[in-house]
Amino acid sequence: MSTLTSDLTQELETAHTHPSPRPSRRGRRRIRSRLGKAAMYVALSVLLIVVLLPFIWMLSSSFKHDNQVLTVPIQWVPETFVWSNYAQIWNKIPLAGYLGNSALLAIVITFLQVLTGSFAAYGFSKVKFPGRDALFLAYVATIAVPWQAYMIPQYVMMQHAGLTNTFTALILLQAFGAFGVFLMRQYYMTIPDDLNEAARIDGLNDYGIWARIILPLSKPALASLALLTFVNTWNDYMGPFIYLSSNNLWTVQIGLRSFIGQYSAQYAMIMTGSVISIIPIFIIFLSGQRYFISGIATSGMKG
Amino acid sequence: MTTLTQRASVTRRPTSRSLRRRRILVGWSFILPNFLGFALFTLIPVIAAFVLAFMHWDAYNPPTWAGIDNFVRLVGDSNFHVAFTNTVLYALGHVPLTLALSLGLALLLNQKLKGIAFFRVAIFFPYITSLVAIAIVWNMLFDPINGPINQFLHMIGIANAPGWTASTGWALPAVIITSVWRDMGYYMVLFLAGLQAIPSEYYEAAEVDGAGRWQKFWNVTLPSLRPTTFLVLVLLSVSSFKVFDLIFVMTQGGPGRATLVLSQLIYQDGILNGQFGYSSAISLVLFLIVLVVTVFQFKIQQRRER
Repeated sequence: MSTLTSDLTQELETAHTHPSPRPSRRGRRRIRSRLGKAAMYVALSVLLIVVLLPFIWMLSSSFKHDNQVLTVPIQWVPETFVWSNYAQIWNKIPLAGYLGNSALLAIVITFLQVLTGSFAAYGFSKVKFPGRDALFLAYVATIAVPWQAYMIPQYVMMQHAGLTNTFTALILLQAFGAFGVFLMRQYYMTIPDDLNEAARIDGLNDYGIWARIILPLSKPALASLALLTFVNTWNDYMGPFIYLSSNNLWTVQIGLRSFIGQYSAQYAMIMTGSVISIIPIFIIFLSGQRYFISGIATSGMKG
Repeated sequence: MTTLTQRASVTRRPTSRSLRRRRILVGWSFILPNFLGFALFTLIPVIAAFVLAFMHWDAYNPPTWAGIDNFVRLVGDSNFHVAFTNTVLYALGHVPLTLALSLGLALLLNQKLKGIAFFRVAIFFPYITSLVAIAIVWNMLFDPINGPINQFLHMIGIANAPGWTASTGWALPAVIITSVWRDMGYYMVLFLAGLQAIPSEYYEAAEVDGAGRWQKFWNVTLPSLRPTTFLVLVLLSVSSFKVFDLIFVMTQGGPGRATLVLSQLIYQDGILNGQFGYSSAISLVLFLIVLVVTVFQFKIQQRRER
């Protein structure tokens, strides 16, 4: 399944190194295939624009005055660019605080998930001991149970522990997911056991093998897991919505949602907030898109 | 000879036993940091949810055994009927539409063209964008009076454009359209992986036999994609029945109860109203639906392979 990513990168490389197409046998056929290709690019571009139209509209609206957003006919390019939306929003709602909370939660949860997930995955794939596979089955089985089915017991637990309205509750609930263990184990299973044997002969124990051999080898899987976890935590709505009630703890998702509730007619400003909430995800996605795609292609599952 | 092997096995046995014990210790030491969190915050709540479904328990009274009382109450609960129907209708719209569109996109983007990776990545992007931003934008796009979607519908000659999220009849379709748009890139990635795993020899053999484009699609691509299609179908159905956050942010279950789904009902009864036992019974029903749908699809898949 990793063919997909290697293919993506290969195409990117060939695009750089071979700028001209290979010469073909017949001139006429070449012209026709070139025309076909050009038509294909046009078709794909139209498709792309249609799919991304909501984003284009969002971005354009964020530069308008409120009364210019829902106009007849639609203004795709604002008459005048209202840059001040991007300056004013920080005073209107504590957006910087929301962004900080989101970043803090996402970083802590991602760090714990990747660390404990890859550590446990080593135990599940490279150490043989009785009961191991039954235990792994329990992990996998809980992935199949919808989260909504056990959110009530989780909530009651957190309420009794006095942890509602704290980051601790969200970190504890989300940092030890079975998904991370599953994803990393699938990857470790593809690393040949001979490596372990060789390292053991060189005098490394299991912890040394994990730290010095397996961890460096599994960088692509670690990147996939880290990026998927970060984005999932950043975008999570229900978790913070259920557990965080104080405004100063809110994440950007909750803050944005309450902003619409308060100022439902400030269309342009709402769009500005939406754009700002997407920018971190956009940057992370652009820098690591192939890890996202390979992570999804190998696990076939959401985080 | 016999004494020698005997002696060898005698000396080896204690070391192999201590080695075994050491393996267990090492194995558990790796798993434990994650397992503690997993057991406490996932495994125990999962088990507790099953038990709670058979208890009377709310925020004000101590838990008592209820038997099947909660399930009897479900049968007569009109909120449950509405939520159940809406969830099924949502799945009936979301699953086939997403399946068809993601397969279509994957076929289209599985070409050997320069820069095709850019198109794939861009189509995937909606899936990882924050849900609140998506809900906000689509709510405005669906605005019944001045929204861009209805302006477009007026333009192509539809006089009575639907009221979308503001009307009880069209709110569910609006939510389905938004979620199909958001999810199709994700399943496209799964289909692309499946398409690229098909050996090119299959196509070459079909060409030798004189197969055209359609014949290749029907006789090579679709049969070879069957495992991927099955995976997508299972994941899509499960995620459809679990649907919650996108609908909750877009319509909050409204107008009225027009987009109330099972997950939201669990949240309302359990967390807002503190009816822990009763809402756990709804959770159990949701879990059973997901289980039955998955097992049913597995059975169909097995029968086909035979």
